[in-house]
Amino acid sequence: MITQLSAAELAKKIASKEISCAEALDAHLDRIEKLDEQYGCFLAVDRERAYEDAKSAQAIVDRGEAGPLTGVPLAVKDNISTDGIETTCASKILKGYIPPFDATVVTKSKAAGMVILGKTNLDEFAMGTSTENSAYKITRNPWDTTRAPGGSSGGSAACVSAELAPLALGSDTGGSIRQPASLCGIVGFKPTYGRCSRYGLVAFGSSLDQIGPLTRTVEDAALLAEVTSGHDPMDSTSIEMAPISSANLKNGSLKGLKAALPKELFADAINSGVRAQIESAIEVLKNEGVEFTEVSIPSIEYGVTTYYIIAPAEASSNLARFDGIRYGPRSEGKGHINVVERTRAEGFGHEVKARIMIGTYALSAGYYDAFYLRAQQVRALMKQEFDKVYAEYDFILSPTSPVTAFKLGELVDDPLALKLLDFCTIPANMGGMPGISLNCGLAEGLPVGLQLLGAPLQDEKLLQIAYGVEQSLPNATQRPQIP
Amino acid sequence: MSNFVASVGMEVHAELNTQSKMFCRCPVSFGGEPNTRVCPICMGLPGTLPVPNRKAIELVLKTALALNCTIAMHSIFHRKNYFYPDLPKGYQVSQYGDTNPLGYDGYLEIPGPDGETKRVKIRRVHLEEDTGKLMHLPSGGSGVDYNRAGVPLMEIVTEFPPDITTPDEAKDYLTQLRQTLLYLGVCDGKMEEGSLRCEPNISVRIEGTDKYGTKTELKNLNSFRSVQMGVQFEVRRQIAVIEGGGTVAQETRGWNEQKEASYLMRIKEAENDYRYFPDPDLVPMCFDDEYIESLRATLPELPLAKLRRYENDLGLSTYDAGVIAADLNRVEFFEAAMELGGDPKAVCNWLTGDFAKLLNDQGLMPRESKITAAHIVELTKLIADNTISGKTAKDVFAKAFKDGRMPSEIVKESGATQISDDSVIRNLILDVLNANPEAVTKYKSGQMNVKGFLVGQVMRSSGGRANPEMVQKIVSEELEK
Repeated sequence: MITQLSAAELAKKIASKEISCAEALDAHLDRIEKLDEQYGCFLAVDRERAYEDAKSAQAIVDRGEAGPLTGVPLAVKDNISTDGIETTCASKILKGYIPPFDATVVTKSKAAGMVILGKTNLDEFAMGTSTENSAYKITRNPWDTTRAPGGSSGGSAACVSAELAPLALGSDTGGSIRQPASLCGIVGFKPTYGRCSRYGLVAFGSSLDQIGPLTRTVEDAALLAEVTSGHDPMDSTSIEMAPISSANLKNGSLKGLKAALPKELFADAINSGVRAQIESAIEVLKNEGVEFTEVSIPSIEYGVTTYYIIAPAEASSNLARFDGIRYGPRSEGKGHINVVERTRAEGFGHEVKARIMIGTYALSAGYYDAFYLRAQQVRALMKQEFDKVYAEYDFILSPTSPVTAFKLGELVDDPLALKLLDFCTIPANMGGMPGISLNCGLAEGLPVGLQLLGAPLQDEKLLQIAYGVEQSLPNATQRPQIP
Repeated sequence: MSNFVASVGMEVHAELNTQSKMFCRCPVSFGGEPNTRVCPICMGLPGTLPVPNRKAIELVLKTALALNCTIAMHSIFHRKNYFYPDLPKGYQVSQYGDTNPLGYDGYLEIPGPDGETKRVKIRRVHLEEDTGKLMHLPSGGSGVDYNRAGVPLMEIVTEFPPDITTPDEAKDYLTQLRQTLLYLGVCDGKMEEGSLRCEPNISVRIEGTDKYGTKTELKNLNSFRSVQMGVQFEVRRQIAVIEGGGTVAQETRGWNEQKEASYLMRIKEAENDYRYFPDPDLVPMCFDDEYIESLRATLPELPLAKLRRYENDLGLSTYDAGVIAADLNRVEFFEAAMELGGDPKAVCNWLTGDFAKLLNDQGLMPRESKITAAHIVELTKLIADNTISGKTAKDVFAKAFKDGRMPSEIVKESGATQISDDSVIRNLILDVLNANPEAVTKYKSGQMNVKGFLVGQVMRSSGGRANPEMVQKIVSEELEK
């Protein structure tokens, strides 16, 4: 079946003309039609545009210029701008908003001959870890449809896991790619901050946001990272480096690699089923020649607290532009201030409002030093501590999430518990370092994600290690039971 | 009754002369159809990001150097958060902090009334982006024009406590600052178009007291005159309030040009909390000494230095030097004339006299006219060597202004050269004396004032070409014979 192929396999068959771009698209659109009502991954599917993309892709193939992902359909998280396709961030405040431009990652994907399949569900403005904060729909975990797919890139993770798309783009501010990848049993990669352009990504926490791939194999993640990364003159924070190369992905060896196990990431909060799978993966990797050492990175303890000051502070400012004046629905009101107040009161969901308020407070005169400034100091300290570890170790290994997929609705009323689940993923955003989650087995029938973190800018090395780990783990690429 | 002293702080916003906006590539210009110079970035569409305009940074650094500021070798942009429909992103990218603005702790020297120089301390020179403009629609309701949104804007703020204490000084400061910006080529200085905006804050206190009074801020001043009058009005108004037993409220006041009075716009109850924080979308600006020195090397001679040089080295009066230095077009002309060996005073007189008048009548800039520095230098030389009289020169100049021919050519063609030949003049005089015997008799009988009449007759008979000094001398000689 076409939809079971990895992106790399599919692209090979397209390049060799065994499968046409239109056939590849058909297969995925059919499956979306058949199954997405059940999973709720997509907010928008523009068949017409997708077929146009497929036609352009086929022209590339026919010219004999097919690249490693030409003709492959791509799902895009709905906080990434797509020219002509509604981009809502799963918020009512952007209902009907159609961007007049493509995000740089979308431009690059199209240029590589990829076909935009549709826009995937997320927590409103990427704020959440279950995708339940979407203003539009619930997304279900393909492993168990009574459970959440994780978030905020829940739609992207679930659609790749359910084989509605071969791969997808997500965004990761505190774990929003890696955590849903973990809960849906797929690969989720957050590159080093600045290696993928943020131009066109609707900002949440600008200093933390990073776009990255959600895929079923490490190879696919590397290929999509290669296509979408590289310096972008439209993004001042983009690093002046060549795209992330996949050339040496399969040339590495695990033998003799030094891995650090920060004890703070193996805290008591780690669920025993998750712990067991991670520990057995460590045993497998030891046999492959990886040397493991327990280390301590004390500042990790302050990660969640610090993150929940910096991210909302930036968000409170980033989301100020949604006032109903230039785009999006506008509420009726008396005078402009009242119009803006009512538009925002009616357009934003509860969690978004809560974070705007927290962020506004943290930036207020008299509190700035105690909160925002202090948080930035802790962040700098955390970065230093991680740098020290990378000076001695090739990578860091930990669980991605302390728990497996939880029940839909289970944690909706406990936002604090939800936020505490981020403690393993947040450090990568705070330190700007690359991180990847891959499946390492099941606990009570639900996937457990293994997180690997690498030194900033060492994206290629981290992917190479992840590829080796994936090849060593017997259950890394197992799929859910799906129709 | 007590004596009051005023303190005036000056906050000036100057739109920078760049081709494109601060953080996108939209063109910068004045007027035009609303929302025709906009793009996703300056409209604040979701997901867009700013990329700083290097030229704008360079222009602010040049200004900061010209204003004797310390340069922040490491400087960042902040976000100033507030809601207003003309602010597309819900925040303005600006610069916050004491030592973070591109330039800080500088000063501008302004010429005082008696030839002395006054130093006005400057607290900060920073870079930010302009907002859009709210407008009332003819059909009712309001619209927003974002053409101006994102235009690079430089803010120049004077130090507190302020050095400026009178309305005249406020006007002189603004005049000198505008000239400086024009000399640097960083701003077109058009107050009427809003590319240069001035918001003074004014307070008064009883002479001899340390505590500064409550400030009011004045807006909508769109000319030097309104700045001077506005400050004066506020000073008088505040004194009247205090003398009447009241207290001055901290408020923002507008200036009504027609009524020549300020009016209350809004009372500032509390400081706005703009929640400044470093803009995470922009990376820090870092400069090295080499770069800063290379910019310093491009600074032109500034207006006050020029004025003093014209005075001291070229012997112009303070007034004349000021008139030339105030206008870069005149400066250009004047200095070209000096290169050609022109006499400073003579060239200055033409520049500020007939030439200025003709230009004004035609609504032309000096370089749009057919007159060059060479024309003026030649003309002044023709006068100096007595080839033509001053009166003839005026006609010659008017002709040259029309057709652009050189004065010598015009003089040659019309035969309008001055007659300085002794025998020719003597013959003309003898003819006049013979034709007016009664006048000669009157003179000889002691009515010396008829000499003027006779000189006039000689000048007329020569068609105005006779050298007037020689005519005076020879008429006396002949009458005394």
